[in-house]
Amino acid sequence: MIKNLIVLSLGSALINNVVLSQFLGLCPFLGVSKKVKTALGMGGAVIFVITLASIVTGLIYKGLLVTFDLTYLKTIVFILVIAALVQFVEMFLKRFVPSLYSALGVYLPLITTNCAVLGIAITNVQKDYSILEGTVNGFATAVGFTIAIVILAGIREKMQYNDIPKAFRGMPIVLVSAGLMAIAFCGFAGLL
Amino acid sequence: MNFSAILTPLIVMLGLGLFVGVFLGIAGIAFKVKVDEKEEAVLKALPGNNCGGCGFPGCAGLAHAIAQGEAPVNQCPVGGEPVADAIAAIMGTTAEKTEKMVAFVACKAHCDDMTMDYDYYGVEDCRMLSFVPNGGPKSCNDGCLGFGTCMKTCPFDAIHVVDGVAVVDRDKCKACGKCIEVCPKHLISLVPYSAQYLVACSSQQKGPVTMKQCKVGCIGCGICAKNCPLEAVKVENFNATIDFSVCKNCGTCAEKCPRKTIVKQY
Repeated sequence: MIKNLIVLSLGSALINNVVLSQFLGLCPFLGVSKKVKTALGMGGAVIFVITLASIVTGLIYKGLLVTFDLTYLKTIVFILVIAALVQFVEMFLKRFVPSLYSALGVYLPLITTNCAVLGIAITNVQKDYSILEGTVNGFATAVGFTIAIVILAGIREKMQYNDIPKAFRGMPIVLVSAGLMAIAFCGFAGLL
Repeated sequence: MNFSAILTPLIVMLGLGLFVGVFLGIAGIAFKVKVDEKEEAVLKALPGNNCGGCGFPGCAGLAHAIAQGEAPVNQCPVGGEPVADAIAAIMGTTAEKTEKMVAFVACKAHCDDMTMDYDYYGVEDCRMLSFVPNGGPKSCNDGCLGFGTCMKTCPFDAIHVVDGVAVVDRDKCKACGKCIEVCPKHLISLVPYSAQYLVACSSQQKGPVTMKQCKVGCIGCGICAKNCPLEAVKVENFNATIDFSVCKNCGTCAEKCPRKTIVKQY
């Protein structure tokens, strides 16, 4: 059981990395990866929300949608639930953990539009994970996202001092680096 | 017709939506963060244009900073003294007197006053003209381009292009500084409202060059500086500047200026 979960989390964190091999959540991956510090903040917020969303969407899918035979409504229900959840988490943090709230700042509401969250919820359903497996999968995927965004942020910080050809400056070189990272992450494929 | 196939999802979705709505509504009330009363009062006293002239993100940002004591009560350039006094009353302090400032365009060359190098037909935005030869069709490279980027930016309808040159409506201007940011020629600056005599030229060309290009440009002759009884006028880089802290608005400079570049405000 535990071995299964470890294999599952390694698989979703490194091998099927959410950004580098599934191409989900590219917007924050490119948008918030200018500095390692903000990348870490975004990563933290994503871990927090995806883990919670995996639990809640798992419960709603198994408890509500399957019971009423409405599984075809999963996309719209998940969107609704995730948006509400992010809102609630924001309110909760603002009231009880203001320091974390101000640390996560604008990234928290931004996650509503992060397709990785919805992607994980739907992957959990498609692969027929139990709620525990789904939660672990969500957490590990979010950790994979954090790893990818922090590495890219580190590369971008270093890249500022490089003499990049004019045509590649800005986003092009970032996309090229992200592509090279994706190729590098292919190396994990033989891990399991 | 299988009605339950429509009704069940309808009810489930409605129920879910209702639950989420009510849940978030209750959570919103239960987790309401107490906003500082002073902050709310200060926000009400502010003009609410959200122009950003104070340097904070909108009026709410300034209200927060004032309530926290991080910004002076007279930070709002738009509200001026009345608002500063109102906020000072809320905060329990007295506002330092601030001098009312207005924007001023340092160019007075109307269409007939200057020579043109060529006709320009293109995008009507001053900032675009840095891409065209010679920085625009006008011979003078330092003067107002007259395409009204400042006019489009002004949130208070206080600056207008009249006969080829931007003119500030001194009573409408709130000194928010938006036009100063967008003017590609850096012609606009904030001057004290009380200053009556201002140099309406920014040309840094030598006298003969300006003489050819513009009928009203400053040629750096220095007559104003010589005649000023208080030595408030200085000529640097072939352009006169008035030190407002010294100037007593006597008007000698404007009288003596051979090009009528120094203008009286009213």
